[in-house]
Amino acid sequence: MKLKSFSGGLHPPDSKEYSAHKPIERCPLPEELIIPAAQHIGAPADICVAVGDQVKKGQVIANANGFVSVPIHASTSGEVIAVEPRLHPMGRELPAVVIKPDGLDQWHESLRQNDPEQLDVDSLKNLIRDAGIVGMGGATFPTHVKLSPPEEKTIDTLILNGVECEPFLTADHRLMLEESERIIDGINILRKVLGIDQAIIGIEVNKPDAIEKLTRDCAAHNIQVQPLKVRYPQGAEKQLINACTGRQVPSGGLPMDCGVVVQNVGTAAAISDAVRLGRPLVERIATITGPGIVEPKNLRITIGTPLQYLVDQCGGLNGEPAKIIMGGPMMGQTQLSLDVPAIRGTSGVLVFREEDLPKMPAGPCIRCGRCIGVCPIHLQPTTIAAYARLEMIDAAENYNALDCIECGCCTYICPATLPLVQSIRHAKGGIMAKRRKI
Amino acid sequence: MENPLYLSSSPHIHSGETTDKVMRLVIYALLPATALSIYLFGLPALSVLLICTLGCMAFEALSCKLMKQPLTLVDGSAALTGILLALNLPPSTPWWMSLLGAAIAILIGKQIYGGLGYNPFNPALVARVVLLISFPVQMTSWTTPAPIGSGIDAVTAATPLGEMKTAVMLTGKLPEMATSGFGNYFFGNMAGSLGEVSALVLLLGGFFLLFKKVISWHIPISFIGTVLIIGGIFWLLDPSKYPNPLFHLITGGLILGAFFMATDMVTSPITDKGMLIFGFGCGLLTVLIRLFGGYPEGVSFAILLMNACTPLIDRYTRPKIYGQVEQKA
Repeated sequence: MKLKSFSGGLHPPDSKEYSAHKPIERCPLPEELIIPAAQHIGAPADICVAVGDQVKKGQVIANANGFVSVPIHASTSGEVIAVEPRLHPMGRELPAVVIKPDGLDQWHESLRQNDPEQLDVDSLKNLIRDAGIVGMGGATFPTHVKLSPPEEKTIDTLILNGVECEPFLTADHRLMLEESERIIDGINILRKVLGIDQAIIGIEVNKPDAIEKLTRDCAAHNIQVQPLKVRYPQGAEKQLINACTGRQVPSGGLPMDCGVVVQNVGTAAAISDAVRLGRPLVERIATITGPGIVEPKNLRITIGTPLQYLVDQCGGLNGEPAKIIMGGPMMGQTQLSLDVPAIRGTSGVLVFREEDLPKMPAGPCIRCGRCIGVCPIHLQPTTIAAYARLEMIDAAENYNALDCIECGCCTYICPATLPLVQSIRHAKGGIMAKRRKI
Repeated sequence: MENPLYLSSSPHIHSGETTDKVMRLVIYALLPATALSIYLFGLPALSVLLICTLGCMAFEALSCKLMKQPLTLVDGSAALTGILLALNLPPSTPWWMSLLGAAIAILIGKQIYGGLGYNPFNPALVARVVLLISFPVQMTSWTTPAPIGSGIDAVTAATPLGEMKTAVMLTGKLPEMATSGFGNYFFGNMAGSLGEVSALVLLLGGFFLLFKKVISWHIPISFIGTVLIIGGIFWLLDPSKYPNPLFHLITGGLILGAFFMATDMVTSPITDKGMLIFGFGCGLLTVLIRLFGGYPEGVSFAILLMNACTPLIDRYTRPKIYGQVEQKA
């Protein structure tokens, strides 16, 4: 089959060899779980338990706060020992429920199994929302919102994101290899909710075993597996849509504006659990990796597990850590400490030592144009960044700064090692602030 | 964990490509041409090369010191400017002119604007044109190659383009050297500047830069293609008065200009479409100057004039971004 892709982008070293061959292992329960109320894009959930409460696994501990929000659940059974602000992966202290596990790991009695065939679309959507399902690729956008397009939007294609284009991360890869039946079940539920047949799983050819496995397993389900050229950021929604269908999401629009809904393969698996088993999103698969980890692994983690505990399960730190990143090296967020908990969007934990970090002083732009060549949106990153440095916010807006998806290709490639995407983020902040004022 | 952790916004890895690596690759691509020019012209060429290169580096260091800026010699751009300047000068250039050229290139061509990345004009060409206008006699005294060890003596001669211009102006007709047997020039068998006589090796260097993706094909192809097409049209109109387009290609500084001077990233447009327009402009001006201008060679002037257009071209050649499509109803 001909390989598809998008225009722009680049191919940084995969660095997936650290963990790609490691089967998923279940990470045991830590001494305490720190479960933040804010784990998704949208309004944080309202905490509805108090210190001293006994909770069971899957029990709601924070209620959804509006349409673009989801409830948060206890990830194991035990006692609530604190409801207080704790250090969050976002970098500041945010409200969280701290649970001391009782070791029984007992599911809440209200949870029951369902047969998706017997349920109507609205009940399926409610189950997905009540289970707290969010985009598992890292963006954590509430899934039920994506599944509720306005009436005038016609959706004809569901794309499953199995690209995992971030270097180092292998969680989705292992999920596709080991638990394809969960993904396929989730796809069938998603198709029923959207009322469409066409489903495409996009996978890059650096995961040939996953392509082979899913092609075989999907044959009976009328699901197309689309091999893709290895190219970052192909896992970005807009680029994946373009690669798989040739369509473009209109500037400022959403995938639904070109008839597509994109879901991560991990989200599909979580949807299967939520509907068929009635189990809320209380665990996920994450890759604990990097040169700063003794034995990198793919772990099935309980939401709320402190990063330190995850690192300990992987043989501990290899040398002195200099940078701890939640997510991948291209778009992940640096962490203040290993005390923060893993949350629903934690696709990986990456540890770099001093010697692993690029350290080159930034020089002047030599106008080589490489940032333009790699920009998957075809922006002029160096021009926008220059305007951003001069605080010329209107000019940056005119050069389409808001269309930037912050993939980081420009900064990665820049021979002057300028912080281009960082400057563009600054410009975007300025543009948004200006729009709020008007 | 004893040391505090680094906090920064993504990305956290880098390609390892740096400005000094880019500059070094361009210098490597020029090495065969410089070696050939030393072989063809001997010690005079070596002295021009050394004075220009070391001079440019010295003036760069001096500017950094005067302006209390960190030393920028490591980025290699000053050395590169020096080599390019030397390749644009006749082998008989006196030492003081080479040194003056280096000063003009670095001080007036580059540092006065703020250094690397901020100069609107190609510094080496600024210096060449200032020297050409100020010292027309020395700058147009050419000698034929006298390869080291060949026993041949260098003799004063005109460049092929100069000889053609003189003949056309005097007789209205092309001289014989411009109509037949000019293929020899491709291998450096002519009088000219250090870089003009090395068309073949410059072409190899240019392909090396294309292969290494230091430069893109847009400027060289559009520049040379335009010269061939426009030059070809005139040739078809009157082959007795206008030379074969291949004569345009292998004489003068076209290959040096198209692959190494016009592609200077700082002074050329930043988008693919802009580069095509830039190359077209360079090609058109080159042919017009060569055929109708007062000077026999027009590559330097053409590139400098197009350098001036670069900001304008950039403004009107913004790429169409992803998502600028009709919204699906």
